[in-house]
Amino acid sequence: MALFRKKTASDESYYMASQWTLMWRKLQKHKLAKFSLVILAILYLGALFADFFAPYGLEEFSALYKNTAPTKIYWQDEDGSFSRPYVYGLKKVNDRKTFKVIITEDTTKKYYIDLFAEGMEYKLFGVIPSNTHLFGLVDEAGNPARDANGKALARIHLFGADSTGACIFSRVLFGARVSLTIPFVSAAISFVLGILLGGISGYFGGVVDNVIQRIIEVLSAIPSIPLWMALSAAIPPDIPVSSMYLYITIILSFIGWTGLARVVRGKFISLRKEDYVTAARLAGVSDLKIITKHLVPGFLSYLIVNLTLGIPGSILGETSMSYLGLGMKAPATSWGVLLKETEDLVSVAQCPWKMIPLIFVIVTVLAFNFLGDGLRDAADPYK
Amino acid sequence: MLSYIGKRILMFIPTLIIISFLIFFIIQLPPGDYVTSYVAAMAAEGEIFTAEQIADLRVQFGLDDPWFIQYFNWVKGIVTEGDFGYSFEYGRDVWDVIMDRLYLTLAVSFIILIFQYGVSLPIGIYCANHQYSAGDYVLSFFGFIGTATPNFLLAIIIMYYIYVKTGNVYLGLFSTEMLQNGMRWEYVPEFLGRCAIPLIVIGTSGTCGIIRTVRAQMLDEQARQYTLCARAKGCSEWTITYKYCLRAALNPVVSGLAGSLRTIFSGSTVSAIVMNLAIQGPVLLAALKSQDMYLAGTIVLIQAVLVLVGTLLSDIALAWLDPRIRFAERS
Repeated sequence: MALFRKKTASDESYYMASQWTLMWRKLQKHKLAKFSLVILAILYLGALFADFFAPYGLEEFSALYKNTAPTKIYWQDEDGSFSRPYVYGLKKVNDRKTFKVIITEDTTKKYYIDLFAEGMEYKLFGVIPSNTHLFGLVDEAGNPARDANGKALARIHLFGADSTGACIFSRVLFGARVSLTIPFVSAAISFVLGILLGGISGYFGGVVDNVIQRIIEVLSAIPSIPLWMALSAAIPPDIPVSSMYLYITIILSFIGWTGLARVVRGKFISLRKEDYVTAARLAGVSDLKIITKHLVPGFLSYLIVNLTLGIPGSILGETSMSYLGLGMKAPATSWGVLLKETEDLVSVAQCPWKMIPLIFVIVTVLAFNFLGDGLRDAADPYK
Repeated sequence: MLSYIGKRILMFIPTLIIISFLIFFIIQLPPGDYVTSYVAAMAAEGEIFTAEQIADLRVQFGLDDPWFIQYFNWVKGIVTEGDFGYSFEYGRDVWDVIMDRLYLTLAVSFIILIFQYGVSLPIGIYCANHQYSAGDYVLSFFGFIGTATPNFLLAIIIMYYIYVKTGNVYLGLFSTEMLQNGMRWEYVPEFLGRCAIPLIVIGTSGTCGIIRTVRAQMLDEQARQYTLCARAKGCSEWTITYKYCLRAALNPVVSGLAGSLRTIFSGSTVSAIVMNLAIQGPVLLAALKSQDMYLAGTIVLIQAVLVLVGTLLSDIALAWLDPRIRFAERS
């Protein structure tokens, strides 16, 4: 009896649930989408707390560490017994035969990895001052591995160093702030504009349709590269780089809505003659309500796939633009700027660790795609 | 139908005028003009111009007029004499510079387009028919990886892999021997091999989007009542998939045709620079950088015409696919 009552209660909650609650419940059953959601949450948290997770700030670099491989972490002392994890600093050695400068590990002094170590000062969320980092190096006495001027005596680079000697791991975290947030803005703007203008065009038809179609035709016929070039050159150079990227993204999203608008229009044209839409119109439902309540939910699943594909699209677009030298420029950091270091065969062959940011790009893009996939299945009312 | 196509082609003219005007406006937007960048380039090599010489250069290139007058003269030249202007950078007529690479650009773009649709349509249909099967996951995964990797990096990775395997760097579509001796039959296999890298690199970037869309649409259609009805009255699965569901599912794919064409033009630019392909993308980029505006304007105009033709074709295909749109156009 108790079992029976429990079942009807869950049935009731199923029938009473709103469309969005049902979608959320179905999404939780989609393992890959749930996993992607967790990955994205980790990435976004990493970006939010980048100052804390990153051992070094963007201004901290060392010429000695230029293009060096990920720092080797030792777990064993010379005699083979286990010890706290430690690293060695680097030193320059002149090869007596070739006069070549070789950079090798300075094995005279050990630096231990310490959790919650002192490091560069920063302000968490721009307000809370702190100098604690998740991890850092200390010497044997437990003091931070810095000399009197605050210069690092040894550095730990989990992902190696770039061509300026900055820590790639830290730069990946700081770059995530730009690479993860701004595509969101651009996709959201394109999405709203696309549905709105495509919907108006398809629903009303006639002159409005013709005008919007011409605008779409003009905008979608211009290749994006000249636009990027011209816009990035036309924006005044003295504004901060990150807001310049935001400008470009917003401008581009005003151009990027056209593809979605065409699709929405096609859908509206084929749906607006359906009996249920005519019935709604005869019943005196307003145009806006017909669009939002009767037409858009009919192809919501497609729109969601489009949105989740739009976000990774902008992340990838940003990398291409940085590669062409049109996007953000160092010292500002985004994943695109980081990948510019791998621009030719030689750098890939000599410093393969510079490909590590690529893993983050791929993981993020995949996570957005799988999340979109899960959302699509969840939004499908027939299942 | 013919009058519809005719009307649409007539509509190209105002669209093209607006596009060319916009392009010209955008190109002159950055401060300076070709003379500025030319003078800067010469100064870097140690040659300094006087203000007088610079003014003379401007007059010589016709850059002393306001930009809209330059635009007007340019359009007048195109319409009356078929003259697309003069490329400052190459010191030749724009049309000659473009003809050098036009056929190869068209061929490469067209082959990539065919490759994209030829690969992704069957995969999308397969994934929808075998949802959540091992094949669905594996194929989707490869589609995703191709899309998730930036084009230029994919190119570098593939080139590096080939270099490690064969010890040869395959840059460009033609080898030195091909360029010296002209095309011969014995070079065909190597040429095709060289085509494969750009094809994979540029082609894969769009395939995932199409696979996702086809899969999503097919699943939507398969859940519709008419599919159930067709199955109930005993239609074969082949008929249900290809005659009913696919036809309805193609709607967004076909509307996206012009968009993919544009993506190919932009995407191939980056890859072409990495792989040293003799197509138009890199020329356009260089022309934009040095503000060689007649050349840049003409290339953008040609691409715009191609995208417009693509849009028209996709609209015709839409009307052919979907009777509801066909009747809407008629009434």
